[in-house]
Amino acid sequence: MTDWSALDAFLATDPADVGCDEAMRVLHVYVESAASGEDVAARYPGVASHLRQCGPCGDDFEGLLALVTDPPADGVRTRLRKKLRGRR
Amino acid sequence: MHESRPRAVRLRSIAGMAGATPQHGLDTESADWVDRLCARGRDHDSAVRDLHALLVRAARREVGRRAAGTKVAGRELDDLATQAADDATYAVLAKVDLFRGESRFTTWAYRFVVLEVSHKVGRHFWGQPRAELTQEDWNRMPGVVGVSPDVVTEARELAGAVRRAVEDDLTDHQRRVFEDVVLRGIPLDALAVRHDTTRNALYKTMFEARRRIRARLVANGYLGDEPGREVRARD
Repeated sequence: MTDWSALDAFLATDPADVGCDEAMRVLHVYVESAASGEDVAARYPGVASHLRQCGPCGDDFEGLLALVTDPPADGVRTRLRKKLRGRR
Repeated sequence: MHESRPRAVRLRSIAGMAGATPQHGLDTESADWVDRLCARGRDHDSAVRDLHALLVRAARREVGRRAAGTKVAGRELDDLATQAADDATYAVLAKVDLFRGESRFTTWAYRFVVLEVSHKVGRHFWGQPRAELTQEDWNRMPGVVGVSPDVVTEARELAGAVRRAVEDDLTDHQRRVFEDVVLRGIPLDALAVRHDTTRNALYKTMFEARRRIRARLVANGYLGDEPGREVRARD
């Protein structure tokens, strides 16, 4: 990649980019799709485009993905699972 | 937000949000969360405590993940996580009757935590940026956008071309936002506070600024028409 192409990547704008508000509105759905291995770039191209270009929103995506794929240890889920098992 | 309110008062307010109509057609665990949060009395109070505890843990994890990129540290980080969890709990309770099961309940709830942490960390911009930019700030710009500073001559040519486009083709507002974000390194959320606006509004300003700068560089032969096309060397 030449120096100019690095600048080109920074300046590139995608008309499909949905912006911060829409990307954050559907972030939970997008993250679960990503976590399950779906091709989210194909299914949600405007969101994927935005997350590539917007640093803060991209960081929010990484944070939610980390919580979904490796949930914080807690007693609530354990108690809830026991409770649900007890109902069956 | 709610930082100035005593926690006990805030939790009593949360308890007053019971009684919404639960949604059905959810996975079992999500349905249980919604049913408990929409119940009245002790079931509701217990669910709120469980939700708050879950979101505190999530907020601490998220704050820890972002800690390296912020100057907030120690007790202040933990306070920030607690405030984010409190505000996220409010947001979840206020909107639980709107939850449609597009994702698991916990994923939906974690989203509020992540956005609260992001918002709070992003606003912690420490240090006073210099009002006047210098040539040295522009010389550093190529590195900011990912260009190797090793090729000094090319990097300076690139910085000069962008600077001319910024000065000639952007509105005053676009130029100020571009300089604050790219040259002064102010996070969008911190800048949103200063401009009394939103991250989304500033992103749109930057989007249009990038588009205009690129158009100028294309017109002047520095970049190809299509992003990613091989660039042409300018004499």
